[in-house]
Amino acid sequence: MNIEQTDFYTQAILSIAALIGLMSFLMLGQSRLLRLIFVFALQGFLLTLTTSLAAHSLHNPHLYISAALTLILKVIFIPWMLRREVLHMNIHRDVQTLKNKTFIMLGGASLMVFSYYVLHPIVQTTAPVMLNALAVSLSVVLLGMLLMISHRQAVAHVVGFMSIENGLFFAAIVATKGMPMVVELGIAFDVLVAAVLFGIFFLHIRSSIDSLDVDLLNRLNEIEK
Amino acid sequence: MIAAYFVLLIPLAGIIFFAIANSKMDMGKINVYFNAICLLATLWLAINVLNQGTILSTSKAFLVDSFNVYLIVLTAFIGLTTSIFSAPYMAHEKEIGKLTDRRLKLYYTMYQGFMLAMYLVLTTNNLGIMWVAMEGATLATVLLVSLYRTPESIEAAWKYFILCGVGIAQALFGTILLYYAAMQIGDGSNALLWSVLYENAQQLNPEILEIAFVFLLIGYGTKIGLVPLHNWLPDAHSEGPTPMSAVLSGLLLNDALYAVVRNKMLVDGTTHSNIAGYLMMGFGLLSFLVGALFLHRQKDIKRLFSYSSIEHMGMMTFAFGIGGSLATYAALLHMTVHSLTKSAIFVTVGHAAQIAGTQRIEKIRGLIRTQPQVGWGLLIGTLAIAGFPPFGVFTSEFLVLLATMHSYPWLAPLVLLGIGIAFAGLFRHIQPIVYGERPEGQLPVKANLWPVIIHLGLVLWLGLSIPGFLAHWFSQATVLISGSAPL
Amino acid sequence: MNWLIAILQGALFIILAPLLAGWLKYCKCHLQNRKAPSLLQPYRDLIKLSNKQPVVSDQASWLFITAPYLIFSATALAATVVPLVVVDLPTSASADVIVMVGFFAFARFFLALAGLDIGTAFGGMGSSREMTISSLAEPAMLMAIFTLTMTASTTNLSGAIAHVLNEGLVLRPSFVFALFALILVAVAETGRIPVDNPSTHLELTMIHEAMILEYSGRYLALIEWASQLKLMLYGVLIANIFFPWGISETLNPKDLGYGLLAILGKLALLAIFLAIAETLVAKMRLFRVQEYLSFAYLLGLLGMLSHIILEASR
Repeated sequence: MNIEQTDFYTQAILSIAALIGLMSFLMLGQSRLLRLIFVFALQGFLLTLTTSLAAHSLHNPHLYISAALTLILKVIFIPWMLRREVLHMNIHRDVQTLKNKTFIMLGGASLMVFSYYVLHPIVQTTAPVMLNALAVSLSVVLLGMLLMISHRQAVAHVVGFMSIENGLFFAAIVATKGMPMVVELGIAFDVLVAAVLFGIFFLHIRSSIDSLDVDLLNRLNEIEK
Repeated sequence: MIAAYFVLLIPLAGIIFFAIANSKMDMGKINVYFNAICLLATLWLAINVLNQGTILSTSKAFLVDSFNVYLIVLTAFIGLTTSIFSAPYMAHEKEIGKLTDRRLKLYYTMYQGFMLAMYLVLTTNNLGIMWVAMEGATLATVLLVSLYRTPESIEAAWKYFILCGVGIAQALFGTILLYYAAMQIGDGSNALLWSVLYENAQQLNPEILEIAFVFLLIGYGTKIGLVPLHNWLPDAHSEGPTPMSAVLSGLLLNDALYAVVRNKMLVDGTTHSNIAGYLMMGFGLLSFLVGALFLHRQKDIKRLFSYSSIEHMGMMTFAFGIGGSLATYAALLHMTVHSLTKSAIFVTVGHAAQIAGTQRIEKIRGLIRTQPQVGWGLLIGTLAIAGFPPFGVFTSEFLVLLATMHSYPWLAPLVLLGIGIAFAGLFRHIQPIVYGERPEGQLPVKANLWPVIIHLGLVLWLGLSIPGFLAHWFSQATVLISGSAPL
Repeated sequence: MNWLIAILQGALFIILAPLLAGWLKYCKCHLQNRKAPSLLQPYRDLIKLSNKQPVVSDQASWLFITAPYLIFSATALAATVVPLVVVDLPTSASADVIVMVGFFAFARFFLALAGLDIGTAFGGMGSSREMTISSLAEPAMLMAIFTLTMTASTTNLSGAIAHVLNEGLVLRPSFVFALFALILVAVAETGRIPVDNPSTHLELTMIHEAMILEYSGRYLALIEWASQLKLMLYGVLIANIFFPWGISETLNPKDLGYGLLAILGKLALLAIFLAIAETLVAKMRLFRVQEYLSFAYLLGLLGMLSHIILEASR
């Protein structure tokens, strides 16, 4: 199947998939928190775009609601909250040097290959487009995990966590044309609550260790200190 | 079906009530009432199911069959007994200044929230909603883990939040794949309904389902506490308030396992390769052995028993993985007795920690001399959980072993070994705690040990003879899950 | 007839290049609240420079004097390869995109040599920096171009543009990446902010300006003109490869006229974007340029990968 033979919707989805994957890589290599948050918001925006595109092309009006939810939550509310937190903690000027940046990037690339490998059996039954969309979203999920592993700031962890959700949403929209409405509302509710809880947690972590560096959260250990 | 709605509405009312309630009230007692009413509703539901068989709500949104109805009753029961225990316990925590009124209010609100999430996981027919409720259970309990606001508890809660959140995201991916597979054979509006999927399992694409199950197992497995995804579990159990540890161990882990088994039923119907079973056996056995080994080096009494939970969840996962009617029956029984015993143990452990003023094992000594009920409760509970003969855990572990010998004889030595290691690991710590010299100035606390007595009594009863209606119930569930009747 | 048009197009390229530079400066001045010089100011500068008596260091060899001519002619030849208003021309048929890159490399080689030739510290520093940057930029550019040529299955620019044109609007993920990569490379190669600042002679930061510091009179005019030409060339590349609509496919005057209008519009728009970017972005440290260019390379690579993975037939 060549891309010229597919319809405009598929082409757009593929392009956005590629961009969403790129955003995940950008986040992975980002050492400044504000920029990280900005890229995250951008990814959310791409997701909104996907959702509204799907809503429009598939005549599925309930996806508009989910697009609006994504816009409000992932593009506006969460980035705003994180940004405020970063500015408040005055850590926006800190450059967090990533150890082994090259290895992390290579690791990210191999995760992408891995997701293609894992999902390859699917290609027997469906269009390659689905494989691409699912593989990209799985790699966004895995890259989000890698982001959480490689970064030390709690804010980066939250961004990783939320970008995992982005990847899942993308899969849900592209592969299955959106989940049933109740489920989507439920997930959005969970994300909202999680975001609020993260906000509360920042407060607690700050008051307990006076920093948002989660490497300092190391009291609980199997090894006695 | 109305009963099922009641089961969901009562905790919802509880949330609203506690959220707006005046914190001067005796909230502990009110919490007990809520749970008691809910237990009645679940019993009503159980009687309905017993009489009519599987109940599917008209909108197909809820499904109650013999498998989940017994878990629902178990959930309500443990929810009630733990709330009975938690009322004086939390009051004591407040007296010694560890908690404020507002946090107590938060505690009770979230207690009901957690119960609601649990009931929703169990009753829903929609796999998406099941995921949402599962995540909701994490969100409800995460603030309870950090209730004391110590640096350790905040760390534990953060770990719990992040690990479970990320883990369960994998389950959502699995659910999406499942939905995707279902979309290919029919229309999308009810393609996430378990009952619909189950009926059409034959037509689903086996390759996609296998991939989906891997993700589902990893995702919900994080919640079950399967090794190597278990890191959050000991921390969350040890740093949160003890009633929370009791419900986490007794209910949350069970319900996560329930979600896995529900999905396994679908995968089994589609593929015939038993890949789901092998995966569960592998993860289960690993968790079982690692959990047993880790028991030996614990210094914190709540961590000790949380590793014991990992070990037992591993055993259940293993048993469900074996498949077959005998193993499934054993796993169901083990689920019940483990929940009952473990929550009873956490109740006594909570009191023990209050007596000693610490959770460090080497500081808790001579419980039998200080407060005999607590000491004996802990001792008997430990005996029960380690699998001593007259108790129900022995029966179920014996059945698991039997099933293993029957299906995979070469794995039986490993299972035996694990049971032995776990037994030694528990007793080397518990023996001095119970019998050791009583330290100076150790005073008894006000304790309500009825939950312990009831739970352990039930476990003993189940060990001696399983009552007819319960056995009938278990066999129905076994037929549902494994496709054939036990024994 | 074809050759005539080709030569005319080349001439148009050369003539329009200072105008583009003037327009860019105009936009930038307006964005920065300054009074803009006239659009024709670059022409005036060039005329003034070429009327001046050139001053050449007594250390300079023949290379120093011949280099400007070589640079200018190589860039002008590169310009004839790129279709400006019409696709099907003999010049672009005889040379493909790799030749174009070769012309650039040729010009750069002599520019670097000329910078070294007179033996000042700045010249050598500028040459070394220029070479560092171009060695990083060239692979990225080739990656981006290869993505295009793989899609069109030809390395010939007019063939490729015609292919994109005939296909109609197809959203290709690989093109998105290639476009970004090419923009980044273009910025680096033409010495714009954030890689180099064309309007300062601050010794620590300059790259291009350091090499041509010793030039004056008509030599300077030629080199300035060549660099304006290069800027336009990249602009035309970006505009015509990724947004080829409007370019003429026949030789009748009406189509040619539309083609001219279209490319003028596209270039004007691109220049506005460039001016906005230059106003918003600060120049980065020299040591971060390699990060910037490796990002461009990564994008080019991703473009190629996504072409293979996402678009190719299976």
